[in-house]
Amino acid sequence: MSDKANGPMVRFEKVTKRYGALTVLDALDLEIAPNEKVSIIGPSGSGKTTVLRMLMTLERINDGVIHVDGEPLTHMQKGGGLVPADERHLRRVRGKIGMVFQHFNLFPHMSALKNCIEAPVNVLDLPRKEAEARAAELLDMVGLGDKKGHFPSQLSGGQQQRVAIARALAMRPKVMLFDEVTSALDPELVGEVLNVIRRLGTEHNLTMLMVTHQMGFAREFSDRVCFFYGGRICEQGTPDELFGSPRQERTKQFLSAVLEAG
Amino acid sequence: MKFWDWGYTLEILPALLRASIVTIEATILGFVIAATLGLALAILRMSQNRWVSVPTAAFVEFIRSTPILIQIFFIFFVFPEFGIVLPAFAAGVLAIGVHYATYCSEVYRAGLENIPKGQWEASTALNLSPYVTFRDVIIPQAIPPVVPALGNYFVALFKETPLLSAIAVLELMQTAKILGSENFRYIEPITLVGVFFLIMSLAAAWLIRRLESLLDRSLRNPGR
Repeated sequence: MSDKANGPMVRFEKVTKRYGALTVLDALDLEIAPNEKVSIIGPSGSGKTTVLRMLMTLERINDGVIHVDGEPLTHMQKGGGLVPADERHLRRVRGKIGMVFQHFNLFPHMSALKNCIEAPVNVLDLPRKEAEARAAELLDMVGLGDKKGHFPSQLSGGQQQRVAIARALAMRPKVMLFDEVTSALDPELVGEVLNVIRRLGTEHNLTMLMVTHQMGFAREFSDRVCFFYGGRICEQGTPDELFGSPRQERTKQFLSAVLEAG
Repeated sequence: MKFWDWGYTLEILPALLRASIVTIEATILGFVIAATLGLALAILRMSQNRWVSVPTAAFVEFIRSTPILIQIFFIFFVFPEFGIVLPAFAAGVLAIGVHYATYCSEVYRAGLENIPKGQWEASTALNLSPYVTFRDVIIPQAIPPVVPALGNYFVALFKETPLLSAIAVLELMQTAKILGSENFRYIEPITLVGVFFLIMSLAAAWLIRRLESLLDRSLRNPGR
């Protein structure tokens, strides 16, 4: 399967998402290479979070196909054609994807360690000891080795978000999605979360797709930046191209508005 | 004739205490049915599949909207015509349990619907199966806040058990009735039954408050 080895890790093919009469994403085409780090920026309502939510199968798509790691995610092969995926197919392919949410969504009744072993034990069928050892490693990596027994309510927002990153990594995803992961944090806690993401980028073989308002981080960290507007990719390019010399009027307007706000 | 006969009171007390065991058994068994079946009904009612959720909702509404006494009679007198013959105690406990299961299911439903959407989404993102999601993520968070409401139904169910006397279960009320008719004195047995229910209801309410604060500490605000 050379297609699998060399092809894109994620491919959106004419993907459309509507809420009633409102078209949130309009025939989106987007390819992300293995190991590529892509940032999605844009005004609110431009459909950028929807891209992640569809990829995580939290939203159903209305049209088009999403492929992950060389196979369709939203559909499956049947009788020579593609039919909408059933729950079993979704569960198998979804395992390649991990997601970190704006509001962390940790399980509040479980300790940091328990949060990180719940899925490995129940989904990957790892022995408990092994799952715990690996979760401990991951918590060490995000700088929370001494907080394993703490509950989310005892942790700061930045610490909770780092647990959430460790929890997602414990499932060994190939693709990691970050949905405005610093937006709910106090300013002084943003850095510690971004540092963890930076380390992931350099030390792990991960394809990363993030929706962010941290323009500085997007510029420094990404291989590519996509500017969304009105459910389409209005402009994309390397960070230097997009931030340094934007071509589209809307991109310029958006960037100057964001820079003005600091 | 004395208004209150203490000698008679002492004479009937052992029989009433024995009967109170039956009442307590019926309460506990009935509530076990109500609490477990109620949770199952609540989960089925939330199903995405309309072939599951709509019949469940209809069943809940049907049971809640018909008198419990009729349901007891139905199970005891009508089921045998379809070959299902249950002893009076089992029929009564089943009827009360199922009736209160429908009330409990509404309580559970409120608890389940209060779980933030993010908890479901995180469970999906971690690829947890629906079963594991309910077992480990949703139910442990949904139940502690509804324990007081479930507790109220526990006490309410307990106070409905005298209805079982209608199908001659030898629980407290039926025993008091028999004692009264044998001795032509009703004031002592019926009063004692009332006192027993008062004491047990108060005790149960106190226990529920204890349980509530215990759950509150260990589950709702873990580690605090």
